[in-house]
Amino acid sequence: MSEPVLKVRSLSRNFGGLRALNDVDLDIMPGEIVALIGPNGAGKTTFFNCVTGIYVPTEGEVTACRPGGQPVRLNGMKPFRITGLGLARTFQNIRLFPSMTVLENVMVGRHCRTHAGILGAIARDSSTRREEQESVDRAYALLDDLHLAAYWNEEASNLPYGAQRRLEIARALATDPFLLLLDEPAAGMNPQETLELKDLVLDLRDRFHLAVLLIEHDMGMVMSLSDRVYVMEYGSRIAAGTPEQVSRNPEVIRAYLGETDHA
Amino acid sequence: MDFFYFLEIFFSGLTRGSIYALIALGYTMVYGIIGLINFAHGEIYMLGAFTALIVATLLGMSGFPAGGILIVAALVAMLWCAAYGYTMEKVAYKPLRGESRLAPLISAIGMSTFLQNYVQLAQTSNYVPFPRLMPRFAFLSAFGGVMRSSDFVILVVSALVMIGLALYIRHTRMGKAMRATAQNRKMAMLVGIDADKVISLTFIIGSALAALGGTLIASHTGQVGFGIGFLAGMKAFTAAVLGGIGSIPGAMLGGLVLGLAESFTTGYLSGDYEDVLAFALLVLILIFRPAGLLGKATVQKV
Repeated sequence: MSEPVLKVRSLSRNFGGLRALNDVDLDIMPGEIVALIGPNGAGKTTFFNCVTGIYVPTEGEVTACRPGGQPVRLNGMKPFRITGLGLARTFQNIRLFPSMTVLENVMVGRHCRTHAGILGAIARDSSTRREEQESVDRAYALLDDLHLAAYWNEEASNLPYGAQRRLEIARALATDPFLLLLDEPAAGMNPQETLELKDLVLDLRDRFHLAVLLIEHDMGMVMSLSDRVYVMEYGSRIAAGTPEQVSRNPEVIRAYLGETDHA
Repeated sequence: MDFFYFLEIFFSGLTRGSIYALIALGYTMVYGIIGLINFAHGEIYMLGAFTALIVATLLGMSGFPAGGILIVAALVAMLWCAAYGYTMEKVAYKPLRGESRLAPLISAIGMSTFLQNYVQLAQTSNYVPFPRLMPRFAFLSAFGGVMRSSDFVILVVSALVMIGLALYIRHTRMGKAMRATAQNRKMAMLVGIDADKVISLTFIIGSALAALGGTLIASHTGQVGFGIGFLAGMKAFTAAVLGGIGSIPGAMLGGLVLGLAESFTTGYLSGDYEDVLAFALLVLILIFRPAGLLGKATVQKV
């Protein structure tokens, strides 16, 4: 039995008197696609923020483990170190670097895997140039994978919406992650685009040997894509299991449809 | 004759403008990354001039050639002031990050006062002469002396440095990281950029440029004093705002426009009005084009 790539135990996060996350457990195994669902305000994005270092958890343990590596405790680690470890994420509202080109956006993602400093830039020695070339090649390859090659020299803010979403994924992949966290990747997409996105995620999972944790409201996508689903409400985990188990769970149905029977 | 006079004023304006641009770059880069007007930046320029003076005096006793002394003095001043800039950020600004924007601003003003007084106490409160180190170029006299040798050196050096900086920011790994951090610091950290390192680098580069400006201007005017940073800093700040604060090409353009405007005022009206003009310009920009010549007008999110 291999180590989970992400192991979360009794994770809680308070904002003043508000408990946005309450005692949440979650495991993701290598290669798994796991969905985190729940009504708006259930704490899903707060969960992402605790895992990626934007928030420091109030209580609980978050550990990540690159397949074949040693587990590392993430609590209180800075976001760029967590990215360096191999966790990458995208956002609900797209956050690209708007006035950089598409290629540059992806190359920024290579930052944590490259090392050239100011001296290298002045000396332009062979290792600096090789590193730069590798970084450009890698970025082009990712643009190809995500069907963005045609846009490479456009400013990111000029891209159509769906392409911006894919660019965010490309930039995340450029950091060489073993776990990809997608925050509502299908938000604002039409059914056709959503279908393509589903195939894309499956394809990327296989090609880059990723585990994927996604927050998603499109139930069709969640049910057909995920290996397992966690359901949250008011900051707590109310159910976990395969898509079939979860969709039959009365607690989940209540959370989504409201309490219709007061009997 | 009149045309030669025009050219003379034009070139002296360009010289002055490129010094403003060198200092303005530090203001604008720091503002772009952390949104702080670093009012102590002018003091770094002054420290650069003093450091160069000390190095030049020491080397002068050894009988080095003047041009060599100038180069060594400039390099030492740049390194030394880069260390000052780095330390200043760690001591005065980093602990206040995440506080209201006013807190680091006040800290910057305090830092400025501290550095001025420190140099006044540790060095001297008088103006001191700076050795003549600028090389003389015979070929310039062929053009009727419209451009002095020191003008020529300042123009060439600052143009090369600014081109180098533009290429660095455009093409290198750290340059991209700086642009990414300027656009969205939080997101930059999430794609694996160490924002603290980028901020330090910004202060290091900005301070080195200011020190270079200080060295050049000191050997151009031939004197140094503990108070020179204040006015130069204010002028460079005006240049940065004129070009659009946060914009690197803006700082370069703003510096040149301000330098030329001052030079023509001095040349055709009176030297008494040059500071008046500079600050009147600042007021006018703030009223009519607050985003500057090259800045983008931003809509405040509500």
